[in-house]
Amino acid sequence: MLQLVLFFVFGIIAVAAAVNLLAQRHPINSALSLIVVMASLAALFLLMGAEFVAAIQVIVYAGAIMVLFIFVIMLLNAGEEERTPGSRVAMLLGFPAVVLLAGLVAWTVLAHNPHPVTVDLAGRFVGSPTLIAQLLFRDFLLPFEVTSVLILIAIMGAVVLASPAGTTTGPGSPERPPAKREE
Amino acid sequence: MVPISYYLALSAILFALGVVGFLIKRNLITLFMSIELMLNAVNLAFVAFAWQWKSLNGQVFVFFVMVVAAAEAAVGLAIIIAVFRTRETLNVDRVDLLKL
Repeated sequence: MLQLVLFFVFGIIAVAAAVNLLAQRHPINSALSLIVVMASLAALFLLMGAEFVAAIQVIVYAGAIMVLFIFVIMLLNAGEEERTPGSRVAMLLGFPAVVLLAGLVAWTVLAHNPHPVTVDLAGRFVGSPTLIAQLLFRDFLLPFEVTSVLILIAIMGAVVLASPAGTTTGPGSPERPPAKREE
Repeated sequence: MVPISYYLALSAILFALGVVGFLIKRNLITLFMSIELMLNAVNLAFVAFAWQWKSLNGQVFVFFVMVVAAAEAAVGLAIIIAVFRTRETLNVDRVDLLKL
């Protein structure tokens, strides 16, 4: 009973914040709404015994990734979204399409769910860091190592893309003259 | 006792809201946040199924989804900065030329 109450409280908070994300026109308000969505999803993860996932949801998602977003919003001094003819067309076509999509996804998931198991917190199913680590470093060792390469490539790509043209020579090519602005 | 279908319905709602955000918003950064919302909805479904089958593999998948989301956010925001530097705008309707 308590779990049902908690589910509805956090579920309604998540949906309301997600709707607010769409309703707000300034990106910083949308970003803050997204943080609320992520925090309430972390609470729902805890409700399902995913302790480790809930912790990294707060630390990595709501912490690191959203700080990156807000940093970029402030760096670019992003103002209010402007309305264009394209946005009006998108509104007209977008909403019916999405209602259709939501109905389709919900129907598929609910109709083809073979065992309607109910979630019980007393089930002693807990995704503790120990168990996750045993899986991650034994069964999923290769994917884990591949993601480290992915992260490395992403870091280098971000540095190359975000730095102004001509400043990415680095210490590897000291003989190259400093970048000149072409006229 | 929360039926697993409630979690899946919530996940579907959040995913659809992410899609509608991607379709109706015109700001590049907000589009990106809608993608993050969709990834979060999928994570919720993963954790719900992990709970249903009493298997931790779903939670490990959530971990990988988060890693990919972090990499995607870093590269995507760098691209947004590069676009803003050349176009002076964040409106996707104004970013419609391959070459300036």
